[in-house]
Amino acid sequence: MDLIAQLEAEQIAALGKDIPDFKAGDTIRVGFKVTEGSRSRVQNYEGVCISRKNGNGIAGSFTVRKISFGEGVERVFPLYSTNIDSITVVRRGRVRRSKLYYLRSRRGKSARIAEQTNYRAPKSGATS
Amino acid sequence: MRSGVIAKKVGMTRLFMEDGKQIPVTVLQLDNLQVVAQRTNDKDGYTAVQLGAGAAKAKRTSKAMRGHFAAAKVEPKRKVAEFRVAEDNLIEVGAEIAANHYLDGQFVDVSGTSIGKGFAGAMKRHNFGGLRASHGVSISHRSHGSTGQCQDPGKVFKGKKMAGHMGAAKVTTQNLQVVKTDVDRGLVFIKGAVPGSKGGWVTIKDAVKKAAPADLPLPAAIKSAAAAEAPAEAPAEGGEE
Repeated sequence: MDLIAQLEAEQIAALGKDIPDFKAGDTIRVGFKVTEGSRSRVQNYEGVCISRKNGNGIAGSFTVRKISFGEGVERVFPLYSTNIDSITVVRRGRVRRSKLYYLRSRRGKSARIAEQTNYRAPKSGATS
Repeated sequence: MRSGVIAKKVGMTRLFMEDGKQIPVTVLQLDNLQVVAQRTNDKDGYTAVQLGAGAAKAKRTSKAMRGHFAAAKVEPKRKVAEFRVAEDNLIEVGAEIAANHYLDGQFVDVSGTSIGKGFAGAMKRHNFGGLRASHGVSISHRSHGSTGQCQDPGKVFKGKKMAGHMGAAKVTTQNLQVVKTDVDRGLVFIKGAVPGSKGGWVTIKDAVKKAAPADLPLPAAIKSAAAAEAPAEAPAEGGEE
């Protein structure tokens, strides 16, 4: 392992994040810490994960899309951001793409994603 | 003025801070960094320290350099560089410099050899605009335009920006911030990018355009001394973060 990979692995261990196994197509809820003045609270953001980038490394990120008041909203979160309080998988979706950018041009019925019924968690040892 | 250090560029990564910020950092490593020689006013007319870093095979080191390293009683070094210092900041020959030579939050200047770009056109090399995409421009869309006037002066002025070799030159990036240091592994984490490729040698100096912090280790953070200092310094560093 080279030094950079070692440093990144150490940092991931030090951050101690519990990241569930999820992929594009899953509906997820992200608890994001919001600081207003001196007070901080957790704001939930729920939507469809349409892309995951850079794997599970320290540089990893994911995009969550939802329809808010009739307007499509996308937010990109760094996987290991210290601002993320929690990530929960609400629903597993069955999709055949790793990036669901085609959802941007769809509305309503055609933007639905079928639920994956036979989801199996990855073998233990594989870090999600 | 105190000594700088020679470091090896390891690569870039990011650090997530407690307050939710993420900082892009370049990791620089002080590899086996020792003082090889001193330049003194009496002998050389100026004061400086010569540092060596890395490890070179003895059989691939020239005989002259082998003698030079033997005189300092240090292992052959891969990279040698000199740093001008004030007379009272001279460091003993053979002393090993540790990464806590720099403090967290301090500003430094980093010099290195930039990545070579080969023979580059004027657009890439000097940010020229090029010619138009249409309106009669023929096979010269990325050329520089005119290079001067007409019969008077009748020549192209010296220093005219044109295509040519780009990169592989010494570049200094000023006022980069030290985010943290790791004494055990000899690592310095610097915010942002530094010149050169991974595995290349760079030199780090205290920033010339920013005031240095008052509690800098003088003349340098020495490794043997650092072992005794470490317990005292560890809580101080923890408090800063």
